[in-house]
Amino acid sequence: MSTTVIEATDVAKTLGEGAGEVQALKGVSLAVAGGELTLLMGPSGSGKTTLLSVLGCMLTPTRGNVTIQGQTTTGADAEDLAKIRRDHIGFVFQSYHLFPTLTAADNVRLGLDVRGQEAVSALAKAHAALSQVGLAHKFDSYPRELSGGEQQRVAIARAIVGNPSVVLADEPTAALDTKNGEAIMAILSEIARDPSRGVLVVTHDPRLIPFASRIVRIQDGNLVGEERPHAKPH
Amino acid sequence: MNVSLTFKLASRNLFHDRIRFVATIVGIVFSIVLVNVQMGLYLGFGRMVTTMVDHATADLWIVPAGTKSFEDPSQLDERLRFRALSIDGVASASPVVIGFAEWRLPAGGTTPVFIVGSEIRTASLSPWDVVEGNVSALSIPSAVAVDRSYFDRLGVSKLDDRAEIRQQKVQVVAITRGVRSFTTTPYVFTALDRARAFTGMPADKAAYFLVQVKPGANIETVRRGLTASLRDVEVLTTTEFRNRSRDFWLFDTGAGAALFAGALLGMIVGTVIVAQTLYSSTKEHLPEFATLRAIGASGTYLYKVIIWQALLSAVIGFGLAASIGYVVVYATAESALPIMMTPGLTAILFSLTVVMCVVSAIAAIVKVMRIDPATVFSR
Ligand SMILES: Nc1ncnc2c1ncn2[C@@H]1O[C@H](COP(=O)(O)OP(=O)(O)OP(=O)(O)O)[C@@H](O)[C@H]1O
Ligand SMILES: [Mg+2]
Repeated sequence: MSTTVIEATDVAKTLGEGAGEVQALKGVSLAVAGGELTLLMGPSGSGKTTLLSVLGCMLTPTRGNVTIQGQTTTGADAEDLAKIRRDHIGFVFQSYHLFPTLTAADNVRLGLDVRGQEAVSALAKAHAALSQVGLAHKFDSYPRELSGGEQQRVAIARAIVGNPSVVLADEPTAALDTKNGEAIMAILSEIARDPSRGVLVVTHDPRLIPFASRIVRIQDGNLVGEERPHAKPH
Repeated sequence: MNVSLTFKLASRNLFHDRIRFVATIVGIVFSIVLVNVQMGLYLGFGRMVTTMVDHATADLWIVPAGTKSFEDPSQLDERLRFRALSIDGVASASPVVIGFAEWRLPAGGTTPVFIVGSEIRTASLSPWDVVEGNVSALSIPSAVAVDRSYFDRLGVSKLDDRAEIRQQKVQVVAITRGVRSFTTTPYVFTALDRARAFTGMPADKAAYFLVQVKPGANIETVRRGLTASLRDVEVLTTTEFRNRSRDFWLFDTGAGAALFAGALLGMIVGTVIVAQTLYSSTKEHLPEFATLRAIGASGTYLYKVIIWQALLSAVIGFGLAASIGYVVVYATAESALPIMMTPGLTAILFSLTVVMCVVSAIAAIVKVMRIDPATVFSR
């Protein structure tokens, strides 16, 4: 069996204050394994993004513990958490969050630049990552010159260029049509083939199910079930 | 192409919004030119008020006790001079006569002038930067030297032109360039006796005695000897007299404080403008900073972007401000109040620009450090 790359244990998270206080997570335990693409599905407001943020060390849980590569994140301050993120985690967002003033290659290089990697070798790796997502011909294009699907592929290249042990994606296909969405999922499941890397994708789109090795369902801040579909892509 | 992305992001953020960029640069240029003018005036004024002392040939000055500056009208008795000459180590003690007089223009009308009289033989305080005629001609009767920048005021325009002071004929025998007084009253150089006649000073009086010590004599020892045997006078080294004149004009009159206050004001206005534009630029790019934070950028990485933006503004702003500064220096070079620029002042101005921009970045940095990376999911 493959190893656990990231794990939440009995995580609770309260958001908001006073009357607006919401228990977004009520005691969630989830382990993401390397070599797998895990889908996190659930209705709107069920806590998917909150769980992803906690796993991604962007939010600290109100209760419970998160470990990455066996290391606990409890007690880490904002700087420590940023370091954990840049060392271990790649992010893909629904709205891409590319830098409009940078080329595709520079956007990807950013993933290494924040790690302090020297420019020349970082650019070579950025080119390799862009080729991996099928954008070898778009190195010098700016985001505004790319389609939505292409922009999301640039974002994926940025997420994987640092070779993270886990890739977290929040609704990566929500802004895309079926064809582009499937292309993105194909790339993500390809990335998840590496046994040392786990991929967790949040969605409520059932069309993505065929790409999953495992599906975890969340409702109202609690995990309510999980399944392993037989049909794996290709 | 392979520059650090912090620098690239900074420059893109800076140039992205043209209007804000222009506002930033105008703020920096405005404030640095203002500081430049104030400091340049300070330097120019400081140099101008001591120009006579700087150009005198003297190791020591015998001045009436309490003299505040070179222009302070004063009288010393000639007997002091003879006593000074008897002190060990004194090689010479040359009288200098100063004072105001009325200059009658050839075409009629008068204008006040400041007479500077000295022994032509010892050249203890002769005009300098002579561009026409020569100083030795000052020994002929009625000869004077004037600066060409005062031609209009004095109603003369070339060598040998004539005018009158106290009903006595004067004739221009030497013309200087840039020998100007900050009081705007023209200097008129002449021989000692004529200076006494022009200013009404008795023949046995002088304003100062300029002492030169014998070769090998210790200036400090000579000074002690002079101080011990002369009453009601002070004996100052050239440096002391220069500093005293400068301190008087710059500080006792409040002129220096006013110039510094102007410079400080310029810095404050500049800092406020730059801080304001940097802050609003940072605020506008906050989603991008949040993305950087989300993908793991350290705090240092984030504020590098802002500091680069500040430094880039500083360099561009300073470049423009310095160019304007040099034009101002050039334009005022021969005016009554020249604005001076020295390599030292340039370096100080550049440091001030950098400090100003970095200080301006603080608010933006504080803002960015408070970013919640989780906001990237909600957009
Ligand atoms: N900053 C916040 N302050 C208060 N409540 C919040 C905040 N963010 C989210 N919530 C609430 O927490 C709950 C979980 O939100 P979350 O964003 O995790 O849901 P989600 O499953 O990602 O929903 P969606 O599918 O709509 O993206 C919701 O009820 C939401 O309203
Ligand atoms: Mg969500």
